[in-house]
Amino acid sequence: MNATHTVVLAADDLSVFGQDPWWLVVIKSVLIFAILVVFTLFNIWFERRVVARMQHRVGPNVHGPFGLLQSLADGVKLALKEDIVPKAADKVVFLLAPIMSTVPAFVAFAVIPFGPEVTVPFTDITTPLQLTDMPVGVLFILAVASIGIYGIVLGGWSSGSTYSLLGGLRSSAQMISYEVAMGLSLVAVFLYAGSMSTSEIVAAQERLWFGLILIPSFVIYVISMVGETNRAPFDLPEAEGELVGGFHTEYSSLKFALFFLAEYVNMVTVSALATTLFLGGWRAPWPLSLWDGANEGYWPVLWFFAKVLLFIFMFIWLRGTLPRLRYDQFMKFGWKRLIPVSLVWIVAVATIRAISLEGGIDRTYLLAAIGVVAVLFLVLFFVGGAEEEAAEAEPEDQRHGDFDAFAGGYPVPPMPGKAVQGRTSVSLYESSPTLSKEQS
Amino acid sequence: MELYAPIIGLGLIAFGFAAFSVVMSAVVGPKRYNRAKLDSYECGIEPTPQALGGGKFPVKYYITAMMFIVFDIEIVFLYPWAVYFDAMGLFGLVEMVLFILTVFVAYAYVWKRGGLEWD
Repeated sequence: MNATHTVVLAADDLSVFGQDPWWLVVIKSVLIFAILVVFTLFNIWFERRVVARMQHRVGPNVHGPFGLLQSLADGVKLALKEDIVPKAADKVVFLLAPIMSTVPAFVAFAVIPFGPEVTVPFTDITTPLQLTDMPVGVLFILAVASIGIYGIVLGGWSSGSTYSLLGGLRSSAQMISYEVAMGLSLVAVFLYAGSMSTSEIVAAQERLWFGLILIPSFVIYVISMVGETNRAPFDLPEAEGELVGGFHTEYSSLKFALFFLAEYVNMVTVSALATTLFLGGWRAPWPLSLWDGANEGYWPVLWFFAKVLLFIFMFIWLRGTLPRLRYDQFMKFGWKRLIPVSLVWIVAVATIRAISLEGGIDRTYLLAAIGVVAVLFLVLFFVGGAEEEAAEAEPEDQRHGDFDAFAGGYPVPPMPGKAVQGRTSVSLYESSPTLSKEQS
Repeated sequence: MELYAPIIGLGLIAFGFAAFSVVMSAVVGPKRYNRAKLDSYECGIEPTPQALGGGKFPVKYYITAMMFIVFDIEIVFLYPWAVYFDAMGLFGLVEMVLFILTVFVAYAYVWKRGGLEWD
């Protein structure tokens, strides 16, 4: 056993955490905060540029090199706007809501591992590149993410506006619905890692990423993380055509900016969690992992952010490509598709695990094969649902049968395949239109 | 406790930033009084004096929340089971399949009664 191997093993238990001197904890906290803020500014710019490219536009390119300072300029502009608290608002809750949605977004990042144990520059102290870890790390992230929902629902409620209220309600219903699917998709990971601590889950993926052997869990997680962060095509709380701006309709100035910041930080958080749980965390991807130094020192931070950025790009790609779902379709997909599939998959994984523990087949290949089958099943389930809906919609058209093109006294263009009929009810002209409608 | 203390630190930084932003937005921005500004947002018609239903909302959301609690508790039971699955082996598997089936009965009932329908 060589020296590097023992270092990797040392990260396997949580004894390396909680040993940092206080100044190191402060530096780490400030760094995480700063990285998240800067990364958010970058992500907003990145999103605008990529969406612009997808729509054959140029996007922001004036402020700074490649327009990189655009989001900063927008932030300053927002700070100089008037801060309005509407008359109908519940003042205290209205002010607290943006804070309540921002703080958990940042706090969730405390247990995300950025890299292995490293030496702090200019000292001989070694420390893991992670603020802290605990035996229930992932559970902590889920718990904190749920607190963020309070900010949104209270912000919507306290605004005293119909749009905000409905937006907040939709948002919370959507987030709790997809949190179930998200929580269920993580069970298989815990089963294989034998731990809920993020650093141990990364350590358990040394040989093979969980994203490869637990494909259905990964797919379900990725779908539900888009629903969880209220992003397109699941951005129903902000459906402009129906709800103006959703829960933040009444917010202005920096309070609005805080909600925006929280949304983007949440995007980074769920992406980072996906990276940690399914894509091997900070571990170098395959061709790079052949180089021995790839998983040591500060290099892993680069791999980590590359993987996170991949997910961010996926978010943007989805937004640039897909139209928004209808609310009932969205809830139906969450409750009637994702949850049963997750439950069946959990039972399947546990069965395979039990069989392989009792002795027998190589579970890795079996799991990959079953994973592919399950994904096909999920797709078929979804496609089958669409056909079912089409079949439901069919008879409704036929029920109208022969419709009267002159029913209201106005010539209405007939639908394809429908014949124009002669005028029927002459009595229509004698009574008021509303009354005749009631009678017929 | 050493494991949890840094979280408080990060939380304080985030809270400080958020509180600072909320205070700043009240201090820095211009203040030009206009009665229409303080009304609730509405697209060209008179805004309602308060939100739809006076803050009350459809019972549909309540059912969703109840379903969420049922499944969230199932998840809470599934997590420790998953972590210690290797130690329990076949016994753990059978027990958890029975548990999942029990919850599935409630789920199937709600589905059949139309509790998952949104129109």
